[in-house]
Amino acid sequence: MTGSASIERRLTVLLAGVAALLSILSWGMVTGLARQAAERTQDNVLAASATAIAETLRSEQGEVRLELPYSAFSMLGAISEDRVFYRVATGEALLTGYADLPVPAISPPAQGRVVFDTGDYRGAQVRMASVMRQVLAGGAPVSVTVTVAQTRNGIRAIAGELSQLAAMLSVAFFVVAVTLSAVAARTSLRPLNEIAQAVSRRGPNDLRPLRRAAPAELAPLMTALNRLMERLGQSLRRSEDFIVEAAHRVRTPLATVRAQAEIALRSVEDETEKQRLRRMIRAVDESSRSAGQLLDHATVAYRAEDLARDLIDLADLAAQTADALAPTAAMKDIEIRLETVPATVRGDAVLLENALRNVLDNAIKYSAEDTTVTLRVRRPTDTEARIEVIDQGPGLGTGPVEQLTERFRRGQNTQGIVGSGLGLTIAEDVIRAHGGRLELGQGPDGRGACVTLVFLLA
Amino acid sequence: MRHTGFSFGLNAVVIWLCGLCLWATAAVALEIEDHRHYPGTGDRVLRIVSTADLEVFEPYLLYFHAAHPALSIDYTVVSSAELHRAIRDGRAFDLALSSAMDLQFQLANDGFAQSYRSSATEALPDWARWRDLIFAFTTEPAVVVISTERFEGLPLPATRQELITVLRDNPDWFQGAVGTYDVRNSGLGYLFATQEARSTDAYWRLSEVMGRLDPQLYCCSRQMIDDVAEGRLALAYNVLGSYAAERLAQDSGGRMRILRMQDFTNVMLRTAIIPAGAVEVEAAGQMIDALLLVGLRQEPDIWPLPPLRATAEGESAGFGPIRMGPALMVYLDPLNRRAFLEEWENALEQR
Repeated sequence: MTGSASIERRLTVLLAGVAALLSILSWGMVTGLARQAAERTQDNVLAASATAIAETLRSEQGEVRLELPYSAFSMLGAISEDRVFYRVATGEALLTGYADLPVPAISPPAQGRVVFDTGDYRGAQVRMASVMRQVLAGGAPVSVTVTVAQTRNGIRAIAGELSQLAAMLSVAFFVVAVTLSAVAARTSLRPLNEIAQAVSRRGPNDLRPLRRAAPAELAPLMTALNRLMERLGQSLRRSEDFIVEAAHRVRTPLATVRAQAEIALRSVEDETEKQRLRRMIRAVDESSRSAGQLLDHATVAYRAEDLARDLIDLADLAAQTADALAPTAAMKDIEIRLETVPATVRGDAVLLENALRNVLDNAIKYSAEDTTVTLRVRRPTDTEARIEVIDQGPGLGTGPVEQLTERFRRGQNTQGIVGSGLGLTIAEDVIRAHGGRLELGQGPDGRGACVTLVFLLA
Repeated sequence: MRHTGFSFGLNAVVIWLCGLCLWATAAVALEIEDHRHYPGTGDRVLRIVSTADLEVFEPYLLYFHAAHPALSIDYTVVSSAELHRAIRDGRAFDLALSSAMDLQFQLANDGFAQSYRSSATEALPDWARWRDLIFAFTTEPAVVVISTERFEGLPLPATRQELITVLRDNPDWFQGAVGTYDVRNSGLGYLFATQEARSTDAYWRLSEVMGRLDPQLYCCSRQMIDDVAEGRLALAYNVLGSYAAERLAQDSGGRMRILRMQDFTNVMLRTAIIPAGAVEVEAAGQMIDALLLVGLRQEPDIWPLPPLRATAEGESAGFGPIRMGPALMVYLDPLNRRAFLEEWENALEQR
């Protein structure tokens, strides 16, 4: 089947695309958050450190003194291995620390408020926290600014690790999402596939509406399909009706023609005329036989839909059919030999008689004059009953055997014999409807044909 | 007794500036304690500046030289303060090995070290390196060394409290016979003292007691150990354990004994940095790798300096080594240093 790409693939790709987008988004968000969290942690520690230093500021004999607390620096070392710088100054005068460390401009100067800034110092980016505190020195308040700075490499490394972890999680999420997408696409398309399988599993004559639960989205398709099948069934029935009607209409006038021709045959003396009339009668016979077969075929098509299940003895059936065709056989001096055992099957008597008659009729038709047609009923196993019709005619030829049961198809060695090609088709349709099969083969001694109706016994 | 130029000044600003001056006056010549050159077959020279005496460090140099015979090695021994100053002044050295981890840390923090990475540095435990700048290759405890002769009949102290008691109860025995670092001169002594003051309050009481005994102040562990071995000192406090052990192994004669304080023991990391101005960076890295391999060794000691593991895994005292981190810089701050030295002088110089 050609056409646009499969729905399943498109659905999967679409869902995978959504998953990829979500993965990238979540990775970006986690990365951003991790970085923010790491930076905020650093800010907090820097602020705590600067505040701790500022708290040691005091005045001694008019001088500002301080003592760097050990904890103020050890806490900076606790979060990451980053370089640390600091500066304590009153105005521009340095008290201690790194004189050239840039200081965030505190504006407006507010006591105890921590100000952050990012800058470059000694070839590295540093994050700075500054806090201002006023100390009374020599009677006048002096503003002291404490700045603590730390490089950001370690913080970045921590954020980078988290980002890497998030990336791995995102990839894992993506893989899982794609797998689930494929499963979801397949699951949601399963009803469609099931309907397609149900339709394709059906026999060629099964035009019943589909009755199965389907998702709401598929209901219109189901309805349309069922309506199509209904219309198809109707038109099929109409054409069969037409055939039946046509056959009927042809058969009755043919019977009249035949009767008239026989009367004429008796009254005519001239041998040439007689020959002509006999040919005519034979042609009329063939025509009415064909019409009969068309009728038979239509009957099979009708009745097979609603098959009767009567008990039928195949031996009786064989005997009746042989009786019915005895006159035809007699015309060619053909002996019908019956070899039967009782074998009961369930089925439609009319159809079975129809089938057997067609097979036997075929056998008689293709047999030479003064030969024997054997009609045999056997039960070779407990599960099988067979009706074999064996003739001594030319056999079924060398062409493919299966084609012989197709409608209007005739064997390759039938030249010169009038026939419609429907006989074996009817027989096969009937036996199929009964759950059996038709076997075509050669006669027992390699000559003639053997047509077997095989019934499976329940 | 040599005093460094800390003027206890008028104004804090002046002090800081002078502190800077101390580093920056570029003290024209380096005060070299020892020097040795190991000629190699090639042109390249690896210049090492170190605080480790040749007595203990020569095996390492020979070991490295044997592995890299093409390389000439130039080994200079200076004090830890001198080393710090030399690197700050940008003197041409390719590798700096120091026992004063606070000064080493400050060098790395202030951008005077360059980073180095190898499989050997990756194998180091976290506490033994900081970023890719400082690498520890020994762990060395501070110990008390006593003269067995002069301690005869006295109970052996196991804690600082017991040591205080012994000193206080026998002032005559110990008058002028107690030695310790002059923390004003010795970077390592200052590191030991500050860390100890931070960790145990017995430190100041002990200092007070020692101050009353007219203590002898030293620049270096080796002289203290020598004096104990020769009976001039009854006790040396806060001596590098590795030097003492090495001395004990050479000639004990039973005259010396090493005591480890059970209440708290300072464990110092001897560290290496590659100065920012290093030329033979590759050779310096190889030397660091060799030192780390020896430092992380498993086999029993054939090396004078203790391995990295011994104390890190915690002996009875269970104290890890001094932590590398910005907190080391706290006591290097001139204001803090001034305050600490003031207090120390008050305790130790009571005459």
